[in-house]
Amino acid sequence: MARAKNLGRFLLWRSIRAFTLLAGISIISFLLVKNSPIDPIQAYIGADMLNVGPEQREKIAQHWGLDDPVFKQYVNWASSLLGGDLGTSMIYREPVAEVIKEKFSHSIVLMLTAWVLSGVIGFTMGVVAAMNKDTAIDRIIKWYCYTLASTPAFWMGLLMVMVFAVWLGWFPVGLGVPAGILSDDVTFIDKVKHLVLPAITLSIVGVANIALHTRQKMIDVLASDYILFARARGERGFILFWRHGLRNVALPAISLQFAAFSELFGGAVLTEQVFSYPGLGQATVEAGLRGDVPLLLGLVLFSALFVFTGNLIADLIYYVVDPRTREGRTYES
Amino acid sequence: MNLSFKGKLSLNRRQRTILEIGAALGFIMAIIIGRFMLDEGSIGTNLSERNLPPSFEHFFGTDWLGRDMFARTIMGLSLSMGVGLAGAVSSAAIALVLGLAAATLGKTADTIISWLIDLFLSVPHLVTLILISFALGGGFKGIVFGIALTHWPSLARVIRAEVMQVRSADYVHISRKMGKPRTWIAIHHIIPHLIPQFLIGFLLMFPHAILHEAAVTFLGLGLSPHEPAIGIILSESMKYLSSGLWWLAFFPGLSLLLVVRSFDAVGERLRVLMDPART
Repeated sequence: MARAKNLGRFLLWRSIRAFTLLAGISIISFLLVKNSPIDPIQAYIGADMLNVGPEQREKIAQHWGLDDPVFKQYVNWASSLLGGDLGTSMIYREPVAEVIKEKFSHSIVLMLTAWVLSGVIGFTMGVVAAMNKDTAIDRIIKWYCYTLASTPAFWMGLLMVMVFAVWLGWFPVGLGVPAGILSDDVTFIDKVKHLVLPAITLSIVGVANIALHTRQKMIDVLASDYILFARARGERGFILFWRHGLRNVALPAISLQFAAFSELFGGAVLTEQVFSYPGLGQATVEAGLRGDVPLLLGLVLFSALFVFTGNLIADLIYYVVDPRTREGRTYES
Repeated sequence: MNLSFKGKLSLNRRQRTILEIGAALGFIMAIIIGRFMLDEGSIGTNLSERNLPPSFEHFFGTDWLGRDMFARTIMGLSLSMGVGLAGAVSSAAIALVLGLAAATLGKTADTIISWLIDLFLSVPHLVTLILISFALGGGFKGIVFGIALTHWPSLARVIRAEVMQVRSADYVHISRKMGKPRTWIAIHHIIPHLIPQFLIGFLLMFPHAILHEAAVTFLGLGLSPHEPAIGIILSESMKYLSSGLWWLAFFPGLSLLLVVRSFDAVGERLRVLMDPART
């Protein structure tokens, strides 16, 4: 009973904080794009510039309320935001919410695959390194992880394209589906083929953090008394890890993986660009390049929401599973 | 950490650190000297030497305009390092000011700054960078501002924690009881603790700043296509990948990786030396 109440308070507190942060983000990003030297009307008209006279421009400006004070503009935007209306994307000529929904359905497949892959591989690498601390395997894994952490994600993508798409020809060079085929004719196999390289790229880059973190945690666990006792009883290798290690290191690893949504999103932006994968990341870049203000703002808020969700799940896992964190918020660092 | 590694190469941690600093400094010097030896002429177009694979004459090969990729890479790296340095210095300055303010100006300031830190951590860095680049119209200014505004939160947290920890240490309490003025305590007790943390935080920030610069430029929102930046080189190379010109992307990216990796290694080693409990 008391636990449920505490959990409720915890969730309430987190939601309030998330709300203030989202409000802050919306204000700052709104002010930033208002400050942009790119003229929104120009960006909207694009190539039809010659056909649009000054009077028409005046009308568009009036229609959008561009002559109002910035504060009023913000209030207008924010209040329709609260009503669920994110505005209309200039590039796609569709409501921003629709664009985000459509692009996210592509991105989530990519991100989820990469997220699971990098989590499993990274966790395994970390455990193997820790169980073989100071041996050649450990040093290789550590060296590899530190190198990966310094590797530009997009360069990794380029290497993948060069080796697996151009040289070996195993996978297509880019795009989410084969070019020039009706969307009804795209098979599941096609989609998978187009997903493999971006997903591998994204997961390779995501491995380093989780592997190094798990290694450290596992080393701490291995130094504990109960491991010493288990060793004295003759447990070794995989059995030792399965009985005493797994549960102790899995929790921080899973939680870290959820907290890494921010890097995942950033990695997806770069990877999608390299592979021309039609997801959220590419939409963000397009919005930035072509001055699609409503879409850009929508994406900033959406990415923040995405990161919040990850962090909230990470905290919740700790909160529900590990009773020690409930007494005061001591795990903050 | 390297106990089992004794034998052939018996260097201790300090010696290895010095070795790595030497290597990193060598890199910077090579790039800076290389930058000064090159001018616009060395990346001039030479249509009789187009698309050559790497050779002794052109270490990194040439591109579709006959430009020497080695020269372009060196120029790109020096540009990236310059942008990274400017961004990291400003970011570290923000971190220092806000970290100190959070630790010393009372509870309200602390709450506000923690909220700010959360704010900047809650949007993916790359999205913030795109937003800021867009707002400032891209180019050098946009990217430096972007890096400065995105990289400070973690260092600010470290500084805040460090100051709070030192402030509640026994010797500082005693010092205060003995009637030492606040500035004296700050200069003699707090700053000496802070400087190494700050420098290491800065050193670890620098390679990330370089990487982010390259990433944003690669996306087309950073430096202009006329600059010989690494991000530009790599994004141009994408068009020629399918025709098998692998060296256009391979060597510039590898050089970027080496530079970033060596700075990161130096920062990481110094951090371990400072704080041996964490390996």
